[in-house]
Amino acid sequence: MAKIVVDVMLKPEILDPQGKAVAAALPRLGFTFAKDVRQGKRFEIEVDGQPTAAQLAEVEKAAEKLLSNPVIETFTVRVEK
Amino acid sequence: MKIGVVTFPGTLDDRDAARAVRHAGGDAVSLWHNDADLHGVDAVILPGGFSYGDYLRCGAISRFSPVMEPIIAAAQKGMPLLGICNGFQVLAEAHLIPGALTRNHALHFICKDQKLVIENNQTAWTSAFAEKEEIVIPLKNGEGAYMCDDQTLAMLEGEGRIIARYVGENPNGSRNLIAGVTNERGNIVGLMPHPEHAIDALTGPTADGLGFFTSVLKALAAGGVK
Repeated sequence: MAKIVVDVMLKPEILDPQGKAVAAALPRLGFTFAKDVRQGKRFEIEVDGQPTAAQLAEVEKAAEKLLSNPVIETFTVRVEK
Repeated sequence: MKIGVVTFPGTLDDRDAARAVRHAGGDAVSLWHNDADLHGVDAVILPGGFSYGDYLRCGAISRFSPVMEPIIAAAQKGMPLLGICNGFQVLAEAHLIPGALTRNHALHFICKDQKLVIENNQTAWTSAFAEKEEIVIPLKNGEGAYMCDDQTLAMLEGEGRIIARYVGENPNGSRNLIAGVTNERGNIVGLMPHPEHAIDALTGPTADGLGFFTSVLKALAAGGVK
């Protein structure tokens, strides 16, 4: 069994109020390392066996159609060992 | 005239939308998210709420529900279609109108009476208003910040496709204070605030919202959107 991971992030030019809220909370807890924080979504998709190129192409299509909104988001698809 | 009002699982404002249609003099027809046809309606309203629990993104799942297929096909041929709040998010997810709705800039859910200015009174849903008319209707949303790229924004401004703007302080971080937009043809309108909650002085802050519903009945009586 393999896992296909799709990471979805807001495009850099889109305001991310959730990331901003996290960035503001960190120093209150003494964590001073963060210059900026962006928050995204991660999908873990389990498939039988090693994913084929055709399966990955299908996942790309699904990521574009459903998992992300291309108007405001970008995504990456990778296979996790 | 028959106006369909869609109920998705998690829709909240379908009853108020249907009541607003009747108040304006139309027949309201309930449409279920699983319906495969539109029961002969002349226009459709996608009301507010939290369809499919706002899972994934607001409107992202509803956009693919069975009833959306005939709605999209009819709207692309000119059928008047209004998306209010969550309905606006569904329209954006279906790419029937440009842009997207994102989290309010201050993160808080907003619920208040909001002043708007009508910027385009040439659409199927706004003809009852005067140009630059100011109205007050409720605004209640968590993800109401209208976002689009610079090129789209310039196009919307240039073509007069912003139908209403917030007046005063920007309540949710929408670009250029955008509260509502229309498609090129003017039959599809997405609106973040709620006209269906302001159709008479007894139950709403004003009766200013009624104009959206009388507008579409007038447009249909005149033969629909060309």
